[in-house]
Amino acid sequence: MRIALFVTCLNDVLFPRTGIAVVSLLERLGHEVVFPQEQTCCGQMHANSGYSAPARALESLTEQAFAGCEVIVSPSGSCVAHLRAHTSLPVYELSELLIDVLGVTDVGARFPHRVTYHPSCHGLRMLRLGDRPRRLLEAVDGLEFAELPDAEQCCGFGGTFALKNAAVSGAMLADKCAAACATDAAFLTAGDNSCLAHLSGGLARRPGAPKAVHYAEILAGTVKTGA
Amino acid sequence: MNARPFELPPTGSGMGVVSKVPFEKAAPVFLGNPQLRANLGNATRTIRGKRAAVIAELDDWEGLRSQAASIKDDVLDNMPSYLAAFTAAAEAAGATVHRAADAAEACALVASLAGDAREVIKVKSMATQEIGLNEALAAAGISAIETDLAELIVQLADDTPSHILVPAIHYNRSQIRDIFAARMPGFSSPSDEPAELAAAARSYLRQKFLTTDVAVCGANFAVAESGSLVVVESEGNGRMCLTLPKKLIAVVGIEKLLPRFSDLGVFLQLLPRSATGERMNPYTSIFTGVTPGDGPSSVHIVLLDNGRSNLLADPVGRPALRCIRCSACLNVCPVYERVGGHAYGSVYPGPIGAILSPQLTGQQAGANSSLPYASTLCGACYDVCPVKINIPEILVHLRQQGPHPVAESAVMRTLSWVMRDRRRWKAAVRLARTGAAPARFLTRRRGGTIRRLPFPMSAWTEHRDAPLPASQSFRDWWAKRHDS
Repeated sequence: MRIALFVTCLNDVLFPRTGIAVVSLLERLGHEVVFPQEQTCCGQMHANSGYSAPARALESLTEQAFAGCEVIVSPSGSCVAHLRAHTSLPVYELSELLIDVLGVTDVGARFPHRVTYHPSCHGLRMLRLGDRPRRLLEAVDGLEFAELPDAEQCCGFGGTFALKNAAVSGAMLADKCAAACATDAAFLTAGDNSCLAHLSGGLARRPGAPKAVHYAEILAGTVKTGA
Repeated sequence: MNARPFELPPTGSGMGVVSKVPFEKAAPVFLGNPQLRANLGNATRTIRGKRAAVIAELDDWEGLRSQAASIKDDVLDNMPSYLAAFTAAAEAAGATVHRAADAAEACALVASLAGDAREVIKVKSMATQEIGLNEALAAAGISAIETDLAELIVQLADDTPSHILVPAIHYNRSQIRDIFAARMPGFSSPSDEPAELAAAARSYLRQKFLTTDVAVCGANFAVAESGSLVVVESEGNGRMCLTLPKKLIAVVGIEKLLPRFSDLGVFLQLLPRSATGERMNPYTSIFTGVTPGDGPSSVHIVLLDNGRSNLLADPVGRPALRCIRCSACLNVCPVYERVGGHAYGSVYPGPIGAILSPQLTGQQAGANSSLPYASTLCGACYDVCPVKINIPEILVHLRQQGPHPVAESAVMRTLSWVMRDRRRWKAAVRLARTGAAPARFLTRRRGGTIRRLPFPMSAWTEHRDAPLPASQSFRDWWAKRHDS
């Protein structure tokens, strides 16, 4: 299948490894990945911060960039939720693409580590991803899945909330980090690098805490575990 | 006395619906109180668990929610005709119906209806909190005595409610014992056993029930076809107020209307399960006008607008008027759970308060415009709302109305200009990556993250490390791969 990748602005600049993981995973499964060059940002950040005109401009730019694409994938639940609400693009979050469109649960990955999973709010409550990411992770050879306490509670990122209400965001982060540490997992994974940037920033200040990593990288087998 | 276990920002008593201190300034004060966080965490976790258990028992919770939302939307769409129907039916049954455009008008009406009374007893009511009735009555020389146990605790402490349904949620029982000891006449128990505290409140309140001639209540529902009012409560103290005094004055927001008596069948399933996690509400009082020889001989109903008609004109924001004040959204909100209700500075705290307060009294009023930002848009509130109010959508709608900080606005506009063209975007990404190269080198041993950034990004690094642009963007990786 020919699959167009919407990498997202955040991943493009800060976490290209997640985009690379999606490409490598889908190619390994025998699919062709294309990257429409005109894409930049879906407009979610502007929309959620109350800037509707710039948001609309970026939504229509994304719509044009992906015009004619039959299947679009993105490794970001929140961007997918935004595009689904504001455009008619056939866009899927990675776990939806793998399970619902491609019919794959076991992607043939090996990751012999204890892993806990944070179901990011947009994936959980807007896309209703349910246990899709978890099923993909549990099918990974050697992976030991650890339940995250209070998993459904928001991590406290919330876009500009993290800056405008930094103290509350920090308190929510501290609780999420404590929950992640309590699992004794080596890795904390999720499907949204915006939440993960916030989480990894918090975990970095706790010795022995799990390392934050996007689940695409676990499925692709591109996580550097030695470092 | 200082019964408050901590100093509050100056919300003052009778705070009404206008936030005074910006949320982002008030929140850290409450966040820093470990006792408050423990009390709130325990209480909200308990209610969340109970709610989830009783909702899972129902076959078609989603169907009930949809039914409730459409009944309320019918009321909002046809407000004038339902108001007329309710007024006609209630007056035919012997009640007198008044209309109040705003808080001042409503307070003046109640004060004049109270007549010569120097003391009134009160059923717990958000509408009277909203209009600051107790303070207005006090100014008119009338003392209003709260009879809901938790409202009484808050009133005795000279404090303000911090939760719609559980006004004293921020206190634990030993703090309540201290408040009673300092303020409740005749209280001398050293014990903080809940049964003993409740017994003390009971004997204090019984005296009031038996000697006060005027009661003030709100209503959870007002049935248009019959002119009935419905008061839903857990203690029976409300029913004492509704039946013993000679005169009853009800202050009812116009959005409390339901078209038919049978609609109660939907709402009396939704409300207790959402609010307290109970299958059935303990004391539900339904009364219609005046019945000679039974209950108050004089019944006045003040239908309160106070911003509601303005809100009806806003198609995106108006679903906020479906709210039945169950508080389920407060109990699941991760922000509310950490800061409590006082940080919102309005009698309506939590997610529903963050949309209701600015919509009822205007974004320009006080610090109201800070409230729509008191959320991560996590969506937990929308999921539990029994009348399906899309709170995140309305929060974003309010954010769009501004005002936006000048610096933020400049950054957002510049960013969108850059992002609207991939060449500009590509150049900006290269610039960021090159600019970050020294920092990447210096932080390479600790995973390439930044520990401290200057203002305003210090708000980020105060709580967490910041990521750095990667040495190669995805775009560049893709280009290189496809060139070779």
